[in-house]
Amino acid sequence: MSENTEVEVGATMSPENLELLGRVSAALGAEAIIESAQAVGDLVVRVANASWREAAKACRGALGFNYLSFIGGIDWMPAPVVGGEAGDTSSPVQPAEQTYGAAGSAGRFQVFARVASTSVPRSGLTLKVDLDEESPAVDSWVSIYPGADWHERETWEMLGIGFNGHPSLRHLYLPAEFEGNPLRKDFPLLAREVKPWPGLVNVEPMPGEDVEEEAE
Amino acid sequence: MRSLAVDIWGGWATTLGIKTLIVMGLIPVGALVLGYTFLLKMMSHMQSRLGPMDPGGFHGWYQLIGDGIKFIQKEDIIPEGADKRVFKMAPAIVVLSTFLMFVVLPGGPDFVVAKDLDVGVFYALAVSSLSVIGVLMAGWASSNKYALLGSLRAAAQLIAYELPLVLAVIGVVIQAGTMNLQDIVRFQASGEIFGWDGLGLPLILTQIVGFGLFMIAAQAELSQPPFDMPVAESELVAGYMVEYTGFRFLFFFIGEFGTAFVYAGLAATLFLGGWSVPFIDVDADIMNVVGPLVLFAKIMLVAFLMFWARFTYPRFREDQLQSLAWKWLIPIALANILVTGALKVAF
Amino acid sequence: MPKFEVDPAVHRGLADARLNVEIDNGDMILNLGPQHPATHGTLRLVVRLDGERVVASDVVIGYMHRGYEKLTEYRTYPQITTLINRIDWLSSFANEVPFVHAAEQLMGIEAPPRAEYIRTALTELSRIATFLLFLGEMGLQVGAITPAFYGFRDREYVLNAIESATGGRFHPNFNRIGGLKDDLPWGWIAETRESMRKVLKSCDEFEDLVVSNPIFQKRTRGIGIIPAELGASYGVSGSNLRASGVDWDLRRDGKPYLVYNDLDWKVWTHSDGDSFARYWVRLQETRESARMVLQLLDVMPSGPVMTKVPKIIKVPEGEVWVNTENPLGEMGYYVISKGATGPFRVKIRTASLSNVSIAPWLLRGVYLPDIITVLASLYFILGDIDK
Repeated sequence: MSENTEVEVGATMSPENLELLGRVSAALGAEAIIESAQAVGDLVVRVANASWREAAKACRGALGFNYLSFIGGIDWMPAPVVGGEAGDTSSPVQPAEQTYGAAGSAGRFQVFARVASTSVPRSGLTLKVDLDEESPAVDSWVSIYPGADWHERETWEMLGIGFNGHPSLRHLYLPAEFEGNPLRKDFPLLAREVKPWPGLVNVEPMPGEDVEEEAE
Repeated sequence: MRSLAVDIWGGWATTLGIKTLIVMGLIPVGALVLGYTFLLKMMSHMQSRLGPMDPGGFHGWYQLIGDGIKFIQKEDIIPEGADKRVFKMAPAIVVLSTFLMFVVLPGGPDFVVAKDLDVGVFYALAVSSLSVIGVLMAGWASSNKYALLGSLRAAAQLIAYELPLVLAVIGVVIQAGTMNLQDIVRFQASGEIFGWDGLGLPLILTQIVGFGLFMIAAQAELSQPPFDMPVAESELVAGYMVEYTGFRFLFFFIGEFGTAFVYAGLAATLFLGGWSVPFIDVDADIMNVVGPLVLFAKIMLVAFLMFWARFTYPRFREDQLQSLAWKWLIPIALANILVTGALKVAF
Repeated sequence: MPKFEVDPAVHRGLADARLNVEIDNGDMILNLGPQHPATHGTLRLVVRLDGERVVASDVVIGYMHRGYEKLTEYRTYPQITTLINRIDWLSSFANEVPFVHAAEQLMGIEAPPRAEYIRTALTELSRIATFLLFLGEMGLQVGAITPAFYGFRDREYVLNAIESATGGRFHPNFNRIGGLKDDLPWGWIAETRESMRKVLKSCDEFEDLVVSNPIFQKRTRGIGIIPAELGASYGVSGSNLRASGVDWDLRRDGKPYLVYNDLDWKVWTHSDGDSFARYWVRLQETRESARMVLQLLDVMPSGPVMTKVPKIIKVPEGEVWVNTENPLGEMGYYVISKGATGPFRVKIRTASLSNVSIAPWLLRGVYLPDIITVLASLYFILGDIDK
């Protein structure tokens, strides 16, 4: 199963998704769509940064996606290797080269969102948008989907992605004085740096063993 | 020598001392009896709670003692920003109000808890509203917003429900023609239902509306659900009591349950015939022994109703509580007075 | 400008008094939480009050943020199911299902039918457990103590069923990629059937004790009305949205998952959108879930509970969005895999976060007690907000 690493980007789309893609490009304009793909049955559309707010308007308006599921961000930078020696499978070892998922990406940061319709069964659309690597920012969706407020605040604090036009971009989860953006791949998980994950073998000494080790 | 001893024994100071002791003893006893019977046992049964049924043997009799020990050994905390003198005084004033209400409760033909007043009803209802001062003091002195909100709610509520409480009783007073609690009991014992005097005439039969109003208003005066906004543990945490710990909280607790005991006693006296019991002459000597027991039984019956409602109903909102008092209870009480008065004149 | 010397302690006292009462502008800032009995944990609500009326409010969250999205990057797939158990800790089993499905869909495997049936049954059991707690809790929040105890009592039957099947009352960690850890224990079906009868009876009890209570209706009807369109754009989901008349249930309307399509059941909606409607809808859904479990017990297929999976689970490259109808609403995982033993990025979409984000809008102009009613009826779990 592990050989099957082919991404589903090139796979032929289901007729429903093709139809949806047609509607999306009709509502948004074909030039706003950079790429589209199907990820396990779901349509993923990557739109231009400048059309992000237009995309939301089209979703809520013409496409009838009245429900905002989430907004989040992705940092495509290769993950730091956290596993132990070779052969230790207790921690994931991600590939070292920078690759992008469904519908691709222009750079390290992406914002993605999921919208759906509450009146049409099995409806939904994943939208992705490329960001500038130096100062990642994109238009805010709050004026279109009020629920975007908290999601954008979270994305801002976790990945350092700005949202233009957001009414009050302040910390949501983290304390106000927190520095850094924890979900960026270059933000170390300190607990793991200090002590490797025990993994397959329970290397944590039991209370009794602790004494013996000290004695040695 | 002997006459001197009698003089001192019968002197007013001693009498006052004894009476004070009796009343002071009655408050915690009444509070504990209600607390044990209803709060711990009845509630546990109704709510399928296993905890209070567990410690000790029969039905967890030890629970109450454990609770008491817990309260006493807890640290006495006074918030830094509190007005310390007022903070300490507040629970005492709440209990004082309860204390004063006990004074006029009659328990037998020659036995009134402390003093048989001619204006007993008037007096009892008047001193009952003293507790609001204690509550306001507690809320203000705690230096806590929840406490402040709680005490303001309590003040608004106690004032609003004082009126239906008094108006509900007026029907009884009109019918009995006296404000003396002892005479109201005798009136009920000697009354007759369409010429049949077997049961006397418990005024609940003619004043059923008044009884209902009295119970509702008393529930509000006690700030028990459905009228417990002043303490509303899910909104105001515990309202004016939020900063109180240990034995100071215990004071509030005893005050609350002691007052419940007195209100139940008043309701029993005013509407259920008090200490009198059918088929025994009211002036028989035996009544001085049987009377208090009868009264106690009736108190428990009324308290059962009170606590039943307490454990069943959700809480009103503050504005709903006010509109209930002003738009429903008071007009109904006034109409009740009118009808009672008219019938009294007619017959 | 103090013209006289003031003892610092007195000065501090004065400052406190000002802060506490804010006589200046007639408004009072009240801090509900992070430790408050009505906030189910550490939700903090800063409310500006005019008398008892709410002028404005702000929700402060994050007191229990555990950084699951970061932690998933350092865990392998089987390790993550332990982690996500703790998101919505009342319905842990339901949290596991979408994640395990995501991994299975990326790997192109499917759990055997019996496993899917057991998963469905356990998901519905956790829904019942969650809702029973709500049905009692909501009573408690509006001032009736008794329903809370009934809720806890009856939830215990359901938790016992979950425990005897999975070994854990709250955090089963029973799902494996490709199936389940174990088959059901002997006698489970009969016992669960008995428990479901008790649950149905207890629903009737709640109907008598709470729903039909005039005071409860007075307290909840017309309070915190969520307009359907606004609710959807806020991302409010689950029973909260269905109580606003939106006939949308991912068990029926989402991508087919588990075995809901094989069952005979109904989606309940209420047109009012107020707190009462949310209570009512959850009550009906509890009944519906109990009936679903009873059906599942009748038609449970035999067979293995685990499909063949490699010893070390590597999930092929790709990304997938799996969302399910959890007790609190739409729960979803956007899993991006790069072919390693752990995911590259997991975006966790929790229901409570979006459900509570509408609270400041709902709370404008209500009375102080209504804050509690509205929060209780939105029904959130702090772990589900703070993830």
